[in-house]
Amino acid sequence: MQKNALHILLADDDEDDRLFFKDAFEEIKIQTNVSFVHDGMQLMDHLMNPDNKLPDILFLDLNMPKKTGKECLIEIKKTDHLKDIIIAIYSTSSSEEDIEDTFIQGANIYIKKPSDFNTLKKIINEVVTVNWHYHTSGLNRDNFLLRLK
Amino acid sequence: MKLFIKFDINTICSLYLKQNLEQNNVNFTTLGFGEIEIEDNLDAEALENLKTKLAPCGFEVVENQKSVLVQKIKDAIIELVFMDDNNNYKSSVFLAEKLNHSYGYLSNVFSEVTYSSIENFIILQKIERAKQLIIINEMSLTEIAFLLNYSSVAHLSTQFKNTTGITPSAFQRIIKKRRENLK
Repeated sequence: MQKNALHILLADDDEDDRLFFKDAFEEIKIQTNVSFVHDGMQLMDHLMNPDNKLPDILFLDLNMPKKTGKECLIEIKKTDHLKDIIIAIYSTSSSEEDIEDTFIQGANIYIKKPSDFNTLKKIINEVVTVNWHYHTSGLNRDNFLLRLK
Repeated sequence: MKLFIKFDINTICSLYLKQNLEQNNVNFTTLGFGEIEIEDNLDAEALENLKTKLAPCGFEVVENQKSVLVQKIKDAIIELVFMDDNNNYKSSVFLAEKLNHSYGYLSNVFSEVTYSSIENFIILQKIERAKQLIIINEMSLTEIAFLLNYSSVAHLSTQFKNTTGITPSAFQRIIKKRRENLK
């Protein structure tokens, strides 16, 4: 069951956040490959390039230079071959408006960036486990909403 | 005109699998639980070929024995949660009888393969069914709680919130707006 590692992509302009994130993924049990892009433009280029494997879960920061996370989200949901990617918003914002708005635009998961490493690890573990069930158990992805604090 | 369609995933999958296998000229009988018996002996190449053809439809041949058992556990849980009259069953007894293994064994294998517990998976499925029922919008939350064997609406709401991070009413609002947004 674990022979294919889960492919994770994080779009975030903050280098510390990226490192933090990578370390957390290395410590969970489920096998993953984590790659990164630094801004919204680079993200869309990456996704549109047919040579790149599409991620199983895309973690998307909302505040990024060149193109914001929200713009990327809307663009992804309008693109046929991308619209089924599971999208986890990964943001410092905890405004109810941002949360509800991104869910309505089609995000599946909303994660408020935690301030300590253990919480991040716990959150990531939960996201990956639940996502795995959606992947393997015929759960309806259209109804997949998850908010983690 | 707008129609809401209820669907039974099991029926659809079996039917779709059947069509797919027939198209590929495979002689087979279904044994239930996602198990099929192929009457001809396929050589390695033909089997690989079949796997490649089934993959884009979301079908995957499960090869590891433990994964096979986990898949059976999942199917049995889904059957239990989606049964309308399940008042008499305790999930541990239901699974043990259905699969002929002790609950302790099933529980260990499940945790080993999925890194989560049977209990968690049951909750996930119950909430999944609650979501479907909320979307169809035929039943009140009280009725849904009763149907899914919750002791009260509060219990269902709390479990819904714990599992998804949002309340049932926020869920309903978001899905509704998302639909309008798609138009």
